[in-house]
Amino acid sequence: MIKLENINKTYFGAQPLHVLKGINLEVAEGELVSIMGASGSGKSTLLNILGILDNYDEGDYYLAGKLVKNLSENQAAEFRNKLIGFIFQSFNLIPFKTALENVALPLFYQGVNRKKRIMMAMEYLERFGLKDWAEHYPNELSGGQKQRVSIARALVTSPKIILADEPTGALDSKTSAEVMQILREVNASGITMVIVTHERGIANLTKKIVHLKDGVIESIEENDPDKMDFTKEIK
Amino acid sequence: MFDVDNINEIWQTIARNKTRSLLTAFGVFWGIFILVILLACGNGFDNGLRSQIEGFATNSTFIISSPTTEAYKGYQKGRDWNVDMSDIEAIKKKIKGVDMLSPIFSKWTYNGENNVFYGTKGGNFSLKGVLPNYIEIDRCKVMYGRFINETDIAEARKVCVLGKKAYEDIIGTDKNPLGLMIKANGIYYQVVGVVEAYNGNVSVSGSMDETIILPLTTMQIAYNTGDKFDFFVFTTARGYDTKDLQTEIKNLLRERHDIAPTDEGAFVCFGFEEIFTMFEYLFLGIKILIWIVGIGTLLSGVVGVSNIMLVTIKERTREIGVRRALGAKPSIIIRQVMAESLLLTILAGIVGLVIGVAIMVVVSGVVANTPSDDVMFLDPQIGFGAAIAATIIIVLSGLLAGVLPATRAIQIKAIDAIREE
Ligand SMILES: Nc1ncnc2c1ncn2[C@@H]1O[C@H](COP(=O)(O)OP(=O)(O)OP(=O)(O)O)[C@@H](O)[C@H]1O
Ligand SMILES: [Mg+2]
Repeated sequence: MIKLENINKTYFGAQPLHVLKGINLEVAEGELVSIMGASGSGKSTLLNILGILDNYDEGDYYLAGKLVKNLSENQAAEFRNKLIGFIFQSFNLIPFKTALENVALPLFYQGVNRKKRIMMAMEYLERFGLKDWAEHYPNELSGGQKQRVSIARALVTSPKIILADEPTGALDSKTSAEVMQILREVNASGITMVIVTHERGIANLTKKIVHLKDGVIESIEENDPDKMDFTKEIK
Repeated sequence: MFDVDNINEIWQTIARNKTRSLLTAFGVFWGIFILVILLACGNGFDNGLRSQIEGFATNSTFIISSPTTEAYKGYQKGRDWNVDMSDIEAIKKKIKGVDMLSPIFSKWTYNGENNVFYGTKGGNFSLKGVLPNYIEIDRCKVMYGRFINETDIAEARKVCVLGKKAYEDIIGTDKNPLGLMIKANGIYYQVVGVVEAYNGNVSVSGSMDETIILPLTTMQIAYNTGDKFDFFVFTTARGYDTKDLQTEIKNLLRERHDIAPTDEGAFVCFGFEEIFTMFEYLFLGIKILIWIVGIGTLLSGVVGVSNIMLVTIKERTREIGVRRALGAKPSIIIRQVMAESLLLTILAGIVGLVIGVAIMVVVSGVVANTPSDDVMFLDPQIGFGAAIAATIIIVLSGLLAGVLPATRAIQIKAIDAIREE
């Protein structure tokens, strides 16, 4: 599903910063992978490249068999819309839209008609126990609810892959556990998932842990989440 | 661009900040409003002036004989001379391009004493001796009876046509004036008609309303002037140049009356066409000025919309970034920003247009119901064409206002939204 070959990325700020120094990584379809590493190690940078939100300088990135390189804005938008679902640490819900409208928004960009959009969005909200919150605005929701809305939004287009940057970063441990449970269920339904986290407890719930250090992959750890008692280990 | 979904999207963003949207929209509203009011007022003055000249043949020229100002062929300068009927015949025969030619014998009233009477009721009116065709130059409605006709001229009949005011003052509207005898400057004439001038104030030797009109020949006999008269008026035929005609006629008259070929002072020549053309240019100038001022005001409204939308776009960086991350193509973002600015401008503009037009309809009504002799301001409304033009301008301003914010908006990349501040 994902294949990275020698990805390099340098930020040209006040002084050039070589953030990713030759990343090679393969993620198979249906895998649940976490990326761990110290702050500043380049986790978010890598995930943004995976999400075609940012570009890279060197190497090749294949997503679902297609080379993602020098895409036009329109092509990138289409890739993101059809293949990728994003979950952010700070949720990034649109504040003046209701939960329902937020979830329906990606479908709007797919040109799905209004009635069908609302129906599908409602379906996903229901799936995450948010039916009663459909007409509420983000500022009326708790952190966990917001993150569930954003998960619904990421899933509504039936993407091939979910990218999550610190999805539990703004949540307490109990809510984090709930969100992780949901994400694992989503993964179990066959959707490939890459989660960036710096919490070991979260990483322990994934099957593959990629350790990033100073822009290179230090090690890839195989893990069996079912052996973990996540409710205790999570934090 | 404006399907229900998009309208919803746009409306949400506009309604989110009502006060700001309102303030923004006010600039455009005001611009259009001012434009409409100015245009309508311009039209009001234009119509006012036009009503003044209504009914008067605008291509007419008066030529009045005046004492010579140069000595010529043994004659002293300062010699009095008069146009006569043979001149009229000569002009008709020799000069092409004269449409109508009408000599006028005029007796002004100087002292303000009553000079026209019916029975004991009197009034102060000027007398004018004319030919039947005069009514085609100084156009007026025949209220009763008829105008002067050829028989009146041929037989020098002692008949008269009264101006409306003269009729009302000395006979009274309760009486049929036809056949009555009135006395003007000591001579009795039988009333054969009453005429009413159009709105117009442009006339020679007073409005037709305040004139007693006599057959030219009758008047020449009454005042013992032979076939002389004071002045004549001619209209230019289609396709001829009034200035050329004036020169030709003056040259002919100079020849016939032994006036120096260079003597310009021997005539008072008064062409309405020039004056009207001048007014046309004046009004064209005013109109251009109005459009410049109006569009200027509107433009500042457009700058306002553009500016506030730029600020809004900056504030919406995160939202737009998220939209981009969720798969919004640049074209969608452009469309949304443009549609936002269009909707805001069009709503504000249409409201401005409607309120402006409504106010001017009311003003127009008030003006129409205010009785006044000198109508300088009439029917101040904008025409259909101007309304259409204003609407097109509104749409264009909306697009114009959206260009900069839209360009700014598509520069926002998804990554900008994701990055924490
Ligand atoms: N747009 C940018 N311009 C310049 N430098 C950047 C930019 N984005 C990130 N960096 C730098 O690149 C490095 C990697 O950043 P990145 O956000 O990928 O780290 P991270 O692993 O996600 O850290 P954290 O765990 O704190 O989120 C950091 O040193 C950061 O300062
Ligand atoms: Mg990060």
